[in-house]
Amino acid sequence: MMRQSRFSWARLRDNKVFWPLVALVLILLFDALFTPGFFNIEIKEGHLFGNLIDILNRGSALMLLAIGMTMVIATGGVDLSVGAVIAISGATACVLINPQLATRLRQATEMTRDITYTPLWLLILAALAVSTLCGLWNGLLVSRLNIQAMVATLVLMVAGRGIAQLIVNGTIITVYYKPYFFIGNGYVPYIGLPFTLFIVIAVFLIAWLLTRRTAIGLFVESVGINSKSSLYSGINEKNVKLLAYTFCGFCAGIAGLILSSNVKSADANTVGLWTELDAILAVVIGGTLMTGGRFSLMASIVGALIIQATTTTMYALGVPANAAMAVKALVVLVVILLYAEQFRGWLTKLFERKGVQA
Amino acid sequence: MAVSNNHFLTMKGIYKAFPGVQALEDVDFALRKGEIHGLVGENGAGKSTLIKVLTGVERQDAGTITLEEKEILVRSPQHAQSLGISTVYQEINLCPNLTVAENIMIGREPRKLGSIDWGTMNAQAKQILQRLDIDIDVTQTLGSYSVAIQQMAAIVRALEISSAKILILDEPTSSLDAHETAQLFEVMRKLKSEGMGIIFITHFIDQVYQVADRITVLRNGKLVGTYDTASLPRLELIAKMIGRTLTEFDDMTKIKLESGKHIKGEALLQARGLSHTGYIAPFDLDLHAGEVVGLAGLLGSGRSETADLLFGVDKPDSGTLTFAGKVVKKFSPLASITRGVGLCPEDRKGSGIFPDLTVRENIILAMQASQGWWKYLSMQQQYEIADKYIQLLNIATPSADQPVKNLSGGNQQKVILARWLATNPQVLILDEPTRGIDVGAKAEIQKLVLSLAEEGKACIFISSELDEVLRCSHRIMVLRDREKVGEFSGEVDELTIMQSIGGSE
Repeated sequence: MMRQSRFSWARLRDNKVFWPLVALVLILLFDALFTPGFFNIEIKEGHLFGNLIDILNRGSALMLLAIGMTMVIATGGVDLSVGAVIAISGATACVLINPQLATRLRQATEMTRDITYTPLWLLILAALAVSTLCGLWNGLLVSRLNIQAMVATLVLMVAGRGIAQLIVNGTIITVYYKPYFFIGNGYVPYIGLPFTLFIVIAVFLIAWLLTRRTAIGLFVESVGINSKSSLYSGINEKNVKLLAYTFCGFCAGIAGLILSSNVKSADANTVGLWTELDAILAVVIGGTLMTGGRFSLMASIVGALIIQATTTTMYALGVPANAAMAVKALVVLVVILLYAEQFRGWLTKLFERKGVQA
Repeated sequence: MAVSNNHFLTMKGIYKAFPGVQALEDVDFALRKGEIHGLVGENGAGKSTLIKVLTGVERQDAGTITLEEKEILVRSPQHAQSLGISTVYQEINLCPNLTVAENIMIGREPRKLGSIDWGTMNAQAKQILQRLDIDIDVTQTLGSYSVAIQQMAAIVRALEISSAKILILDEPTSSLDAHETAQLFEVMRKLKSEGMGIIFITHFIDQVYQVADRITVLRNGKLVGTYDTASLPRLELIAKMIGRTLTEFDDMTKIKLESGKHIKGEALLQARGLSHTGYIAPFDLDLHAGEVVGLAGLLGSGRSETADLLFGVDKPDSGTLTFAGKVVKKFSPLASITRGVGLCPEDRKGSGIFPDLTVRENIILAMQASQGWWKYLSMQQQYEIADKYIQLLNIATPSADQPVKNLSGGNQQKVILARWLATNPQVLILDEPTRGIDVGAKAEIQKLVLSLAEEGKACIFISSELDEVLRCSHRIMVLRDREKVGEFSGEVDELTIMQSIGGSE
């Protein structure tokens, strides 16, 4: 039997990473032309600084969410609660650093000391455990009670911020424990790259090994493509879904730690607001169908980078934050249009016609 | 000559190539007014492609289409409809949760003051159906009616969208039982008498002879010829379709008798009073190693329900199931696969195929499921298994990496069969394994079933085609109205089984 192993244009085009990558390159090309000094990278105190580094650093939370969301969407579901889980994760970590912060409204000076009441490893573990539990909850609702994914995760999306509020007792907690800051602000010594980047790489590797070096990836796609055929083929659809949602919660938990560490506080109301939509968008840009099926983690990562690169470009150009949203929407629209079979057809026809005239 | 034959649709010298395949090569086709024209050929003969060209789904590479003496270029399915070419596809694509009237009138609802005029709509729908002598309550949901009625609704809808002159029916009878088929044929004859040209695509040779006036045979993308039905003997038709004469079926009886000697010992699979309330009444069944048991009965008689129960898709309400002497406690497909039981389900599209996955992935899936999440088959193993079955079952695919949706129906069926063979089952339940596939492939699959039995495996063979059940089975269990009504072994004739199925004394 012949195997399609040779390099070919058609094969490249069919690769899920290809189109998102083209879009990303186009955005960077735009930057090269219109944003002076966009590609400058400086070294300050052994750390690398610059817009490119910024995209990777600021985009880390979104990339993590996109990894988890890819798994969920590939099963044919969706997780609207990741933004709320981010809030819960951050709140849990910050409260554990100093429980008194949440109980007193006015923060006395001794509270601002660089100490923690819970060891760092334990508070990270606790935040991740709580987030994973959130994912498990979503997974149970979807897989065991057969509630539609959107409805099931909507519950936690709404309730999650309430839970986070309860954890921090309705206050915005600011923490002063320096080692905690490292998660979202630190740079890895000698290499000079942000620590968040390494978290993303680690999680990506775990997810990739989990989906491509075990049968889980194939089962996730099977369930997303045809759940009835999966049943007849002996695939345990329920557990596949449960795993996807749980893993998504875990990813959101890490994103929560990064975001809360980055701003050195826990703000249950605003942290990670609407990021679930960005995450879904990243996955869609990555070419995974909302109905489930074939997925590519790498393409979702590129999708997240496209969103972040657009945002960073806007900032670099000095576009006001309000207008930036509209521009971002425009970029996303173009990418999505490029995916649409119909639109591609129109484009092809347009070019064909022009070709004939010329 | 073409004019004197009053052909109002002529397709001439049609060519169409897909990457790696010449799907159509210099094919001519002509349709008269008021005729039913059977279009037959094996899987991959080019029937579907020809229809796709005619209905604007694909555009021909070369060749002309003439409709009523005007050369036309069909740009899209919508365009085809506006030209008066309507199609009803094999899978009914209507909405089962809408009413019959809504389904027929959707998109063209009569309006009163901006809102839908339900009264008029229902009346119109009823009237249209009555034209075809179908008298049903159009305000009921479509899903509450039999597949046959749904099919009629699809036809009516296809006719109503445009003032259709040509009606294309693509395998319309594949999910209908004998009575429903007769009903459909009556409608077809009525339409024919009204001057409609009907193209009828089917795998059922009998049905072609029942309704078709002329037959066009395609083979490997080429035209074999167009014949008057009356002057073409059946065996000759089959010979034209497969390009050789059919001797396989005679061999089969010999193989069956031979393999019958291998049946031995205790029952491998044994059901005692097994039931699933509302689906299948309590029944007993013994299946021995080396034995093929056929399940015969009309559509909806409980055949698939029996299969689902034995495979553990459904859990029994009463009775016991024993496998290799042990009482089965865990009912699930996964448990069954691990035990050594496989089920190749009836509904290929709905519960068999994973369209976007490759042939390789489709084949290894059940085997992988039984291995669990962590013991992932290596790529090399996967290719070995896939290649082995692609060869063994003669699956026509450019490579194991081809998405299975690009394969023809018969080859998809073989892929699913391969999925189950790869799990190396002791008991294999085949539910309609030959539906919608051509004569040659049918014979191959029937032979395969018997050779499995010869290897000491046990099979349950379910089929709507009685001759097939008779040919393959050592024993036949007959179902009627979700109940086991009889069991026959040894030499039985078709009539006996038929009487048992029908329930006549």
